[in-house]
Amino acid sequence: MAKDRIRIGCGAGFADDRIPPGVEIVEKGDLDYLAMECLAERTIARETLDKKKDPTKGYTPVLLERMEAILPPALKRGIKVVTNMGAANPMGAAQAVRQHAKAWGCPDYRCAVVVGDEVSDLMRQHPELALMEDGAPLESLLPKMASANAYLGADVVARGFATGADLVITGRVADPALFLGPMLHAFGWSYDDYDRLARGTLAGHLLECSGQLTGGCFADPGKKEVEDLAGLGYPLADVWADGRVEVSKTPGSGGRLDVATCTEQLLYEMHDPSAYITPDCVLDASGVTFEQVARDRVALHGAKGKPRTPTLKVVVGYFDGYMGSGEMGFAGVNAVARAKLGIEVVKERLRRRGLTYEEMRIDLIGMNSLHANDWNAVPEPYEVRLRIAARTPDKKAAEAVGAEVRSLHMQGPTGAGGGINFGAKQILAVKSVLIPRAWVTPEIVMEQAA
Amino acid sequence: MSVRVYDLAHARAGDKGNTSNISVTAYDQAGFDVLRRELTAEVVLAHFRHLGAGPVRRYELPQLRALNFVIENALGGGVTRSLAIDPHGKSLSALMLTIAVPGHNEGA
Repeated sequence: MAKDRIRIGCGAGFADDRIPPGVEIVEKGDLDYLAMECLAERTIARETLDKKKDPTKGYTPVLLERMEAILPPALKRGIKVVTNMGAANPMGAAQAVRQHAKAWGCPDYRCAVVVGDEVSDLMRQHPELALMEDGAPLESLLPKMASANAYLGADVVARGFATGADLVITGRVADPALFLGPMLHAFGWSYDDYDRLARGTLAGHLLECSGQLTGGCFADPGKKEVEDLAGLGYPLADVWADGRVEVSKTPGSGGRLDVATCTEQLLYEMHDPSAYITPDCVLDASGVTFEQVARDRVALHGAKGKPRTPTLKVVVGYFDGYMGSGEMGFAGVNAVARAKLGIEVVKERLRRRGLTYEEMRIDLIGMNSLHANDWNAVPEPYEVRLRIAARTPDKKAAEAVGAEVRSLHMQGPTGAGGGINFGAKQILAVKSVLIPRAWVTPEIVMEQAA
Repeated sequence: MSVRVYDLAHARAGDKGNTSNISVTAYDQAGFDVLRRELTAEVVLAHFRHLGAGPVRRYELPQLRALNFVIENALGGGVTRSLAIDPHGKSLSALMLTIAVPGHNEGA
């Protein structure tokens, strides 16, 4: 029998999000569905590289740890789970979970896998595509390309659940679509039902960053208090077939969910509120209002939808050289002057070694590292840390940065302590292109127990 | 009398590529009226220009007493390649709140 209302919880809002609140919402949230969003813009590029090294890998590294905690209590309660932890290898993720599931006490479950978001071959066939960031042709990135994935919509998630699956594992899917998918499946909403798509997308947008809706990223002591921030609970949405939505959080958990937290999260990573583009619809949130209907429970009103665009966004990951960095601390009398001398010494040593950098950034942590204000315009603190970071195509030059900073311990100004050499990190940058929807043909594949 | 944005509103910063967006939500209608009048895109740009940022667009959501500022080129070349210690610019919401604007008794 079709339900008139479903409840969808958020179990994770980024790859390394805290696991205990995810378990808590499964156990106490009285959920029908659980969605876990674990793919940032560029993480899939790193996971594509993992897969090249080992074809069984390429899923989100924390997959098994998270699933061991979440899957058994979810299956026990009949909660259906969707996650994009498949990353660059959704089928590999499904098989890895299956390998361990019996030992976790989950002998029987159905798992559907969404494939088809990977489009690197298409990118090679279309070097003429214009990059959204600067209009340059995609061609310039192709020699350095590490990954290319299209943002799929909620329809593939709904198709996954339509197989009777208890667990749907995807690669790149738009974040709100992980939440809209269960609604399409449960209520059969169609793609010309713009306002319901908009309401569901709004709900997904609010939920997809987990604790950011429920008092995370919010507390300011003495100004904006959050009760039991340590015990912050994850959010859930009650969605009715007619498109009504109320958001709340795990009963008994810490945090707060009210008009203020909803307003902040509505505008999080949103540019023009009248045109928030997803693969499923264009959400017009410019007239959204929030109504506090009970403690930690807010009803959403005013979301409008416009038809989905004829294109899908593809994020292309590419190699962009290396970043090297290091830090060193100074405290007490004349600390800032000693830190500044340390900076000059490191720059001069790198210069005498003949090393050059595309860009170098110098911060005095404690004075100007976050807001990059003029360090001569802020009061001198008791202690300060110098930080030097630089980008270069040359790995050895990148490694030299942190090494020279750390050498200040013995060959720098007096009283240099707490040095750290962060080494060299390969930079995986991302840019985007739009492609016609018809170029992508996602498929649902059942993962079979071996 | 000038007043800090901090005293009138709360803020949250998000990132997309090299663009930061910062919402400013007033605690009450009087505060929103001041911010809507005084916290223009030009004023915000003046406080973010040293980051290399700009242009700035402002969107108004009066029913939520909120303004949304979209600040291009604020993230050191973009989250994935920035050399900044806070490449996402999560802390830039606090920079927004330090801006001082003319208070309730002026400008109207």
